[in-house]
Amino acid sequence: MTMATPAKTMTAPHVEWGRVRSSRRTADRMMKIIATSFTLIAIVVLFWILGMLIVKGLGGLSASTFTQITPGPGTEGGGLANAIVGSIVLTFLGIAVATPIGVLAGTYLAEYGKASKLADLIRFINDILLSAPSILIGLFVYVILVEPFRGYSGWAGGVALGIIAIPVIVRTTEDMLRLVPGSLREAGAALGAPPSVVITSVTWRAAKSGMVTGVLLALARIAGETAPLIFTALNNNFWFSPNLIGGVSNLPVTIYQFASAPYENWQQLAWAGSLIITVSILVLSIIARRIVRGGK
Amino acid sequence: MSAVTDQFAVPSAPVRKTPMGTFDLVFRNASLLAALFVLVLLAGIMVSMVVGGWPAFREFGLGFITSSVWDTQNEQYGAWPAIVGTLSTALIALVVGVPLSLGIAVFLTQLAPPWFKQPVSTAIELLAAVPSIIYGMWGLFVFAPLFAAYVQIPLSSLVEGMPIVGTILYSRSPSGLGILSAGIILAFMIIPFIASITRDMLDQIPSVLRESAYGIGATTWEVVRHVLVPQAGVSIIGAIMLGLGRALGETMAVTFVVGNANRLSASVMDPGSTIASRIANEFNEALGLQLNALIALGCILFFVTFVVLVIARLLVARVKRY
Repeated sequence: MTMATPAKTMTAPHVEWGRVRSSRRTADRMMKIIATSFTLIAIVVLFWILGMLIVKGLGGLSASTFTQITPGPGTEGGGLANAIVGSIVLTFLGIAVATPIGVLAGTYLAEYGKASKLADLIRFINDILLSAPSILIGLFVYVILVEPFRGYSGWAGGVALGIIAIPVIVRTTEDMLRLVPGSLREAGAALGAPPSVVITSVTWRAAKSGMVTGVLLALARIAGETAPLIFTALNNNFWFSPNLIGGVSNLPVTIYQFASAPYENWQQLAWAGSLIITVSILVLSIIARRIVRGGK
Repeated sequence: MSAVTDQFAVPSAPVRKTPMGTFDLVFRNASLLAALFVLVLLAGIMVSMVVGGWPAFREFGLGFITSSVWDTQNEQYGAWPAIVGTLSTALIALVVGVPLSLGIAVFLTQLAPPWFKQPVSTAIELLAAVPSIIYGMWGLFVFAPLFAAYVQIPLSSLVEGMPIVGTILYSRSPSGLGILSAGIILAFMIIPFIASITRDMLDQIPSVLRESAYGIGATTWEVVRHVLVPQAGVSIIGAIMLGLGRALGETMAVTFVVGNANRLSASVMDPGSTIASRIANEFNEALGLQLNALIALGCILFFVTFVVLVIARLLVARVKRY
């Protein structure tokens, strides 16, 4: 009989807001409602944007979008083939420029520089470059690569995108290398391997998936960049020349020019292009996130 | 005694002369060069802006900043309307975006059930992955018409004739485009940055602090207000400054919705322009002094964002260490 009573008292007396003053209760309720509704607003905006792209973009999407080149003013039909190929070329050019520099710089910070004053400075400047306005990087490349050579080129566009990608890769490479336990490095060094061999065949290998993530994130970051391309690769309504001299057609600037144009088919193509570019970027970012979470 | 110390004396390392030694040196120096390249980049951007904009600075002196004339026919250029537009859109973005971001961060760290936290976090971060030109299209084709119909027109008829408010909020041509619309679009673009840094900072606070506050009977709001915010305060300001840096230099979205007017207006409902939108708009047709004036605008933008970002990084870094 006496054994049964403790079981009853185990359930705490459910007195909600026992001695809490009602003004405190209201403030708390208000905060919870406001915080939740603010979160809701942001999520609604994200899905509103995605919904808009799907509704307006799918209508403009057809086989000819991928096979025909961008139409001239007043021309019927047309597609985005040259813009899509140009965007892919420019983006990969940017990644090709940024990956070696970014990975090596990140390696320096994590493996050689560590806590030295120089490494701290580089880390700090890299963080600033990470959030520097992309339009300024476009202007910079215009001054050093477009003005001296008297003409827009795909090379300048690739370099501009590369400069935007470098800080992203530096940052993730360093972060990922720092996650590699020191004992792995020590084990490598104990076998007599010099630092360079330890880094390339032990540390890099251990951090590989994380470093790939960095490159994917950089890819996602530069694929939709528009502002720097206006000053460097510009655009082209035809197939660009294979040596990438002169304007190179690309999706973001095409969208920019077509979106508010008076021609119905241009606007359609702008929406289709927006859908293509956003879906590719979101897929890239989600894959990158998956790799990070899977690796941990 | 001496025998013991001898035993522990480190033998001098034998000097290795292998092919690996050369590779080691090359690899080390290559990575150092790559790291130094980051410094060169920032210095290069700074120098190219100053050199490119120099003819305009020399021509107009300080008047370049204070003048409101932008006349391509007579080659007279002044940056004032663009500077005011940049600062006011960024300010509106902060006023709208900061409360939203802090609310989201509080929701994610304090209120959301664990299974719900991850998808919501990802959704907020995906807001940052959406390219800025897409925000521009959303702003121009979806947000602006709604804003004109449901905010500008009713508000204009409401405030018409009132002192001060009647000037600031009155829209002469309710098209939905203007400084306020640009600021609101910018707010959504900076939310993911401020919200995710604030979330990380709140997560870092040792839960003992939170638990002891709950232990003495504090409500969730009181814990946030009196324990969490003071703890993470400095870095939250850093996160806000980081958002400000983004808002100042954002180009494509603003170019779509700001209206691109060269004049200065007292109303936030009227079209205006920012430094970035003006550069994006005029650059490809610009020649001679106009080109220099545009690069000089870029130079001003560079130094403003540079100062903001330096302060932001210092504030965020200061708290990370505890």
